[in-house]
Amino acid sequence: MNQLIERRALLRAGAIGAAGVGLSSLFPAWAQSGSAGLAPTLPTLSGEDIRLKVAHSPFTVGGRTGHAITMNGVLPAPLIRLREGQNVRIHVENTLDEDTSIHWHGFILPFHMDGVPGISFPGILPKTTFTYEFPIVQNGTYWYHSHSGLQEQVGHYGPIVIDPAEPDPVAYDREHVIVLSDWTFLHPHQLFGKLKKQGGYFNRQKQTLSGLVGGDDDLARNMSLSDRLMWGKMRMDPTDIADVTGSTYTYLINGHGPAENWTGLFRPGERVRLRFINASAMSIFNIRIPGLPMTIVQADGQNVRPVETDEFQISVAETYDAIVTPTEDKAFTLVAESIDRSGMGRATLAPRMGMQAPVPPLRPKPLLGMKDMGMGGMDHGAMGHGSMQHGSTSDMNNGASSEAMAGMSHDMRDKSLVPPDVKVGVGVDMIAPMPVDRTGDRPLGLEEVPHRVLTYHDLAPLTAFHDKRQPTRSVDIHLTGNMERFMWSFDGVKLNEGAEPIRFARNERVRVNLINNSMMSHPIHIHGHFFEVVTGMPHGNPVKHTVNVMPGGKASFDLTADAPGDWAFHCHLLYHMHAGMMNVVKVRPMDDEGEVA
Amino acid sequence: MKRALLLAAVSVLTLASPAWAQQAGHSGAAPDPHAGHVTQPRANTPAPADSCTPEHAAMGHCTLQPMTAAPPTGDPHAGHEMPADRSVDPHAGHSAEPETLPTDPHAGHGQSSAQQPDPHAGHSMSEPQTQDPHAGHAMPGQSSDPHAGHAMPSMSQTQAPPVAPPPPEAFSGPEHAGTTIFDPELFLRKREEELIREHGGYVTWMVLADQLEYRAQEGRDGYKWDIQGWYGGDYDKLWLKSEGEGEFGHSPEQAEVQALYSRALDPWFNLQAGIRHDFRPNSDRTHLVVGIQGLAPYWFEVDGQLFLSNKGDVTARFEAEYDQRITNKLILQPLVEFDLAAQDIPELGIGSGLSSAEIGARLRYEFVPEFAPYVGVEYERSFGDTARFARAAGEDVGGWSFLVGLRSWF
Repeated sequence: MNQLIERRALLRAGAIGAAGVGLSSLFPAWAQSGSAGLAPTLPTLSGEDIRLKVAHSPFTVGGRTGHAITMNGVLPAPLIRLREGQNVRIHVENTLDEDTSIHWHGFILPFHMDGVPGISFPGILPKTTFTYEFPIVQNGTYWYHSHSGLQEQVGHYGPIVIDPAEPDPVAYDREHVIVLSDWTFLHPHQLFGKLKKQGGYFNRQKQTLSGLVGGDDDLARNMSLSDRLMWGKMRMDPTDIADVTGSTYTYLINGHGPAENWTGLFRPGERVRLRFINASAMSIFNIRIPGLPMTIVQADGQNVRPVETDEFQISVAETYDAIVTPTEDKAFTLVAESIDRSGMGRATLAPRMGMQAPVPPLRPKPLLGMKDMGMGGMDHGAMGHGSMQHGSTSDMNNGASSEAMAGMSHDMRDKSLVPPDVKVGVGVDMIAPMPVDRTGDRPLGLEEVPHRVLTYHDLAPLTAFHDKRQPTRSVDIHLTGNMERFMWSFDGVKLNEGAEPIRFARNERVRVNLINNSMMSHPIHIHGHFFEVVTGMPHGNPVKHTVNVMPGGKASFDLTADAPGDWAFHCHLLYHMHAGMMNVVKVRPMDDEGEVA
Repeated sequence: MKRALLLAAVSVLTLASPAWAQQAGHSGAAPDPHAGHVTQPRANTPAPADSCTPEHAAMGHCTLQPMTAAPPTGDPHAGHEMPADRSVDPHAGHSAEPETLPTDPHAGHGQSSAQQPDPHAGHSMSEPQTQDPHAGHAMPGQSSDPHAGHAMPSMSQTQAPPVAPPPPEAFSGPEHAGTTIFDPELFLRKREEELIREHGGYVTWMVLADQLEYRAQEGRDGYKWDIQGWYGGDYDKLWLKSEGEGEFGHSPEQAEVQALYSRALDPWFNLQAGIRHDFRPNSDRTHLVVGIQGLAPYWFEVDGQLFLSNKGDVTARFEAEYDQRITNKLILQPLVEFDLAAQDIPELGIGSGLSSAEIGARLRYEFVPEFAPYVGVEYERSFGDTARFARAAGEDVGGWSFLVGLRSWF
């Protein structure tokens, strides 16, 4: 009752504010369409004391209103702007009837402020307030979100920008935050239930008989009957690119659906910094601005040597900062195409409101290929393909000949390929026979687009990582799953099955090899640490907090375990995590005594 | 009301934007007065033309063509053998890096930029930093940089450190760090409720009406149902099945219910065991059931069951179906079913061996996956002694049915 009155009062206050200040309460100021960017006149949450209120709110997109869990009544949540070197106290009031939490994604902070219930702290219980308090020791683009249940799916996420203490090496005249996310009117537990009942439920772009007979315009290529049989034999679906798709999702940019066309303003000739944050529950996006090259200057909050590109893929929980310099007095469309091309987020960059540029149609849907099956090791030389005249990897990847597949798919679940502590049971439907490092591969579905595409190999740190030691040991972690039963795990063990925690000695330098034994991409995130993605490139390894591991591939990172305590380690696809693809990293000892190295 | 509000807000914003744009033009990162024009650090730079590296150009310090992402070849590895690509990059040469580093225009603000990304400041890890104050990129820093030489990167890939268990100190201290700070009882309870159960412990249920149909056939038209439902987690489920058929105006010819415990055997198959009770044709029969249900290679849904009745009869049933998508909504589902018996059961009209078989096809249209009406045909026939029993009873041994029905699940 009290709650209701308070909410009404809040709404009224919002309405008055909207009339008076010109800002609707429906979107945070920074996310208003027609934003001039993060101008100083915009109200943002900053300073040493910040208040956030988690509550039920209505959310409207595409003319339909659904139920959301939001912070301070808005979706996405308010922009928090901090400054490196300051301290911050963030008071989070939980008005819900269930527990909530906020995790500060990518933050270096004491473990008990990290915000994961059951790992960092007990959580924020109903009708209580928890105060997070920590120093800000970094800068860049970050975000925050709930780590409780499936709240993240229903709106509990928002952006954070931390200004550097020293002059920013990136020069820009204007900046916009671009928060990408996915919205569904389905209750997230119902959504998860559907995946449990029918793993391919949301995929409405499967291969069909008409595709075999007459060609399928929706698919990037048409498979021969023999290839189809090979996939069928394995009970694998080459169109299984995304578990949850545009059949239920509306892809949002700053909380706006494609039709609502969020518009960010610029003046021709300005250097515009776009801070991309993929705050989706499940959606990996391909980002491009047709006609406008993007210079990537930051990834996961860490400055990188500027690299110009025409398109990049942003996995869930990653952030990329790009500089664009539109010189003409015209509008540009910002396209955020979902990885399976079942839908897109769309926004406009324009000199004035009301201007629009053409929206490119969705491109044909990619199909998984040999490399995605974990047969990447076959690409060079083996099976005589090394001598193929046009033997580029993408040819191999997409044109997997049935003959080659027949020779290789002898056993897609060979238990001898994994160590005995990997549980190859009900939850593991596939073991990649020959996984290879795919950090230099073009992202899934962008193998053959006729323009520049960013890969992890293009990312070079602006300043070298502080710890230059070679790792003293390796840890292999297998990313495992069962598409049919929608089970996901590390090393075949779901968290609820008593997964053994990952243990690091404090200050230990470790190489972690992520081996993707499934045919899905997994953005793997470790809390409280940055790591170097091992690209082996001469310009150095990019420093990140989340690494997308491509299907059937490998990715390694070097980690300095310098943050004592317990930390979450998980796939950032929300429903993969909820299905069990989560573990705890323990860094010991807790006190300074006994410190190694 | 809300839309109106939004519109109002947008229009006000639009009006206001030119003024904001002007302001933002010079101080996009408003709190930082240096943001737009970082000139100070560059004062150290000797010759801008020479040191205008791509990164500085792209970051806005000078103008030069930036380095580019992977060229548009199909080969993601192309960068490895493309010197042309790298030649744009002055750091690319084998000896270039050490030479360029001292004159690196970032040297001036190296301290800031080197420390900023350091996520570990404040964790008493500053040893490397204090030794290397970034004064002109001192030699020790370089020599300890694994990426300085060109042999190192490949080394770091080929000479990966050995897979090894964690050192002993990794096992020291409290098992759950959170218990040292928060109420241990609350923490551990929430660990169970909010962490363990919420990450893999999902339990749900499903009801699938695979066949709910009207059957137009010779003689009197009839009906048939085949429904199953389950409740449980990933490994263990309680499974209920019911099927039956009959002619309109009569009580069902056949009706049964099964209650089974289902245990996942592998990624695709479940072992199922339990009880089947027949209400028709003879309600005094109850069976023990053991079966296997799952997804066979090539996407065949199969279900095989063996029954032992309280009268000692042993029978078996095997079903297989396949979903052939014609389009993503129009699906043809061929189906076969075989019934077998180990002995004659004259009172039920069943003979030993293959007693009867069905072959059919249903064409359904999935308006949504949960709701799919269908039309179909089915041919049913009895064999051997079963056929003999049927003939003796004056019944047909085989016949066609035309079906209209609904497949639905929730």
